Amino acid sequence: MDAITAEGLVKIYKSRKNEVRALDGVDLTVPEGTVLGLLGPNGAGKTTAVRILATLLKPDSGRATIAGFDLARQPDDIRRVIGLSGQYAAVDENLTGSENLWLFGRLYQLSSAEATRRATELLEQFDLVDAADRVVKTYSGGMRRRLDLGSALIGRPRLLFLDEPTTGLDPRSRIGMWDVIRGLVAEGVTLLLTTQYLEEADELADRIVVIDHGKIIAGGTADELKSAVGGERIEVVAHDRDAIPRAKEILSRDCAGDVTVDEHTRRLTAPTSAGAGALVQVVRDFDEAGIRIDDIALRRPTLDDVFLALTGHAAEEETLTDEASTRSAA
Amino acid sequence: MTARTTSAPSGSVGSAVTDGILVGWRNLKRIPRIPELAIFAILQSIMFVLLFVFVFGGAINVPGDYTSFLMPGIFAQTIVFAAGTTAIGMTDDINKGIVDRFRSLPMSRSAVLTGRTFSDVIYNAGILVVLMLTGFVVGWRVDDIPSLIAGFALLLFFAYGMVWLGVWLGLNVPTVEVGQQVIFTVLFPITFISNVFVPLESLPEWLQPIAEWNPTSTLTAALREMWGNGAPPPTNSLASTEPALVTIVWVLVFIVVFGPLGVRRYRSMSR
Ligand SMILES: Nc1ncnc2c1ncn2[C@@H]1O[C@H](COP(=O)(O)OP(=O)(O)OP(=O)(O)O)[C@@H](O)[C@H]1O
Ligand SMILES: [Mg+2]
Repeated sequence: MDAITAEGLVKIYKSRKNEVRALDGVDLTVPEGTVLGLLGPNGAGKTTAVRILATLLKPDSGRATIAGFDLARQPDDIRRVIGLSGQYAAVDENLTGSENLWLFGRLYQLSSAEATRRATELLEQFDLVDAADRVVKTYSGGMRRRLDLGSALIGRPRLLFLDEPTTGLDPRSRIGMWDVIRGLVAEGVTLLLTTQYLEEADELADRIVVIDHGKIIAGGTADELKSAVGGERIEVVAHDRDAIPRAKEILSRDCAGDVTVDEHTRRLTAPTSAGAGALVQVVRDFDEAGIRIDDIALRRPTLDDVFLALTGHAAEEETLTDEASTRSAA
Repeated sequence: MTARTTSAPSGSVGSAVTDGILVGWRNLKRIPRIPELAIFAILQSIMFVLLFVFVFGGAINVPGDYTSFLMPGIFAQTIVFAAGTTAIGMTDDINKGIVDRFRSLPMSRSAVLTGRTFSDVIYNAGILVVLMLTGFVVGWRVDDIPSLIAGFALLLFFAYGMVWLGVWLGLNVPTVEVGQQVIFTVLFPITFISNVFVPLESLPEWLQPIAEWNPTSTLTAALREMWGNGAPPPTNSLASTEPALVTIVWVLVFIVVFGPLGVRRYRSMSR
């Protein structure tokens, strides 16, 4: 069964001066027990999508079901099975960590004893035991973030919305948070996660949807997206600027496509379909021609490449996929 | 995995009451954590007492003792400002994302507002007790205990009306700073164009009817009458002959107008 289905979600923010189409016809499906990563640049509409699906905001048009409940007609039922951790930590600064968790547990309709028990569990899980009885005002940003995620988990939701859960966390806390999230997913929680970190989507998401200007511009597994942006590439950094024209010649002979040259960094990039074989050939030919190189590598596209290519901020226009070019035409 | 108990589902009366109390508990819990807020609310009122008793008091002619005349007005003014405290609390909760957190939980929809109004009336009761004790110290007296209790109850009822005004205001201003500006520019004139500090007869004639019907004035007049605190002889206007009654009507108007407006605004937050 699908935990989330959404069709044609549109959200327009109207102000006196202008209108922003924050979501412009978004369709999503998230099968139960899977993780969907929602990726997009600033202002793409990620938060808006999360707020709509978590019942905080009404879409101007479109429909959605969450855990089988209709978004428009059964918001109360939806709130009983979801947990939300928004982009900015929403915990009470003047309550202690444990008071926050207890309060949200009670309001999730847990009994007082159960809320206390859950609060203790979560404080342990998120490494906040020592700070449990301190007011949140004294917490660091990362501690607040963890408490906020704990608050979202208080009622053991089946479906979790996390809006940039690791923004502002140090690398260790981020990896710790990933472990927590993986643990939840292992227990069968369905997760919709937004992020700016492509590495994070790569690590956690089963499927990734890239959104920009309120529209979905690509979707698939991380691998599918990467291969859509282009296959492997050979990157060479020539030692001497003078050698660049000859290096370019060799690369275009040994590789399958256009060679891009960055004169500044003396870096040449060429797509290839022959993988390591092509790399060996290139090294051999460079050696024969007596061209000194500083660095050579076979590079697979990262999600960063996907992101830059799809959202149109890429330097290399030729790596734009069909999907991305339809966007720039739109 | 069924951690949820079989307690009342959201939307039921049981959960509306429990959730409202929980939200109110949370609001009250915050007060000692930011003591400056309560302390300055009290100091502001005390400062008014000192200013008017010692600086302007000599120049103001009232029947009887000026301190006795002034104190009921100070209580009334303090309670009018209850709207401000509520508005700021409400705006702050929205901007800090707490209201969104509440809205994402399976709790009673009305609890955020009922909890807020309930905790803020209790908060104002606390402020009033401190002010009344201060009043006793500077020589304010009342006729008897039952009238003191009746007056206190009227003040709290008035606070309830003001708190609903505050809820509506708080839901409509974008930031706490704007809220403070609005309160300053709206509430200050309301408390000054009244009988709080001076007898109505000393105001310009055209202003007198406005000042007389001002809820701050009717509340103050009602308290002076109840407590024997130098109430001036009544004029032939209803606001002056039946100030308590008029005050109660005022409060009902506040609740009937700003209650539904606030609830509607709260519901439309999802637009
Ligand atoms: N309350 C609002 N009123 C008006 N416009 C808004 C409002 N909230 C968001 N927007 C606009 O809608 C668009 C989408 O915003 P949204 O917050 O969903 O983006 P986002 O993808 O979460 O961005 P970020 O990565 O910066 O968090 C933006 O252009 C933003 O300016
Ligand atoms: Mg966002």
